[in-house]
Amino acid sequence: MDLSTVSGLTEALLAGDRRALARVISHIENNTELARPLLAALYPKSGRAHIIGVTGSPGTGKSTLVNAIAQIYRGRELSVGIIAIDPTSPFSGGALLGDRVRMRDLAGDPGVFIRSMATRGSLGGLAQATADVIMILDAAGFDRIIVETVGVGQSEVEIASAAYTTVVVEAPGLGDEVQAIKAGVLEIADIFAVNKADREGVERTVMALKMMLSLGVPDRFQVMHHGRMLPVEIPQARRDASAWTPPIIKTVATSGQGATELVEAIENHRLYLEQSGGRLLRDRLRAATELRMILRDYLLERTLAQIPQEKLQRTIEDVASRKIDPYSAVRHLVNEVAKV
Amino acid sequence: MDRKVRVLVAKPGLDGHDRGAKVIARALRDAGYEVIYTGIRQTPEMIAEAALQEDVDVVGLSILSGAHMALVPRVLDELKKRGLDDVVVLVGGIIPDEDVPALLDMGVAGVFGPGTLTSEIVETIEKALGRELA
Repeated sequence: MDLSTVSGLTEALLAGDRRALARVISHIENNTELARPLLAALYPKSGRAHIIGVTGSPGTGKSTLVNAIAQIYRGRELSVGIIAIDPTSPFSGGALLGDRVRMRDLAGDPGVFIRSMATRGSLGGLAQATADVIMILDAAGFDRIIVETVGVGQSEVEIASAAYTTVVVEAPGLGDEVQAIKAGVLEIADIFAVNKADREGVERTVMALKMMLSLGVPDRFQVMHHGRMLPVEIPQARRDASAWTPPIIKTVATSGQGATELVEAIENHRLYLEQSGGRLLRDRLRAATELRMILRDYLLERTLAQIPQEKLQRTIEDVASRKIDPYSAVRHLVNEVAKV
Repeated sequence: MDRKVRVLVAKPGLDGHDRGAKVIARALRDAGYEVIYTGIRQTPEMIAEAALQEDVDVVGLSILSGAHMALVPRVLDELKKRGLDDVVVLVGGIIPDEDVPALLDMGVAGVFGPGTLTSEIVETIEKALGRELA
């Protein structure tokens, strides 16, 4: 099969060719000229998978837990796609992606596909690229897709919006009770896993989470996108505490203890979303957010392309030297473009 | 377009000593590559499968056990089986000088012993990838 064309790649991917799948993901990541046609061709084939986000601070054992969850799904003959995200070094632009080390039990299983992703550019861009890669794995027919994200506040929230079920992993003794509140990850959790439950202090972590949960959750949160804070509404289904209370599951990922209970909780949440209409709601919410983001990027690109370079440069100078404020400057620029 | 070179660093065979591999992985990250580190005791099948899923440009094998003449051809075979003939393969570790020509003959792009400068490895990678692109 010809893996250099959109139709060749699409056909091979849909036929289960893993090399084609890997290549398509690279096209998306590298934003090549094939990326958009591939997304367009595969989008209609997606929408079947249940998407699970696994997030939490570094050192809580996310990768090992993902390994344990995936094994249980494999025992139930469900195929699993995994996206493991690690940060790009801001200094070299390189990245060290080490999550596979903890997932070696899954190596060689044809029902599992693991892809490591580096955060590369901006957070907003990462969220979009992740959503696109999730869609590709979905189209490739994986039953469950697990996205493991770096444990740093803002990106968590954005990537979580691509998942139907978000598992927030905590561990005793990391001061995470406080970290979680700071990062705003409590609001996005559908399930809590308190990992390393064989360690001292596990009850204290569980108690702290229970207390936080009893304080309730807000109806919206703020997301940074291209340097702007956007309010994102939390679906009613997620807000309604009586409808779904995030369970707290104690796990020991290294031994697999609690992993079955965690998978049960994920599946319960999946059923809950399907029966309550929450899945549809999340799909619509995500479509709205996605459309807004893409539209904004598109309009920005198009507008910038229409403004003469020297005009833009002059305006930048004027704003920098306080001759004009940035809001008025933008209005002038946009009016200029609209005239053309 | 934001093309990043992706490198898989793997340790085939049974020796459980991966400090060298980790140092190389970090050095290659600092050179701007996306490095996927898979850990110790990898079979040739596991390495080739990971290379496929991660769609890497380069596979770096760290071998200290002396089993390189047995392991390297098996890894190359598994890569070929998956249609990954164009992946650049490098070998590092304790490799006797007399084995180097044979490894290069098999299709390995470079062999690096202890004390190799990162810049040498990077140069080999760039050259190998450049040649392939041309």
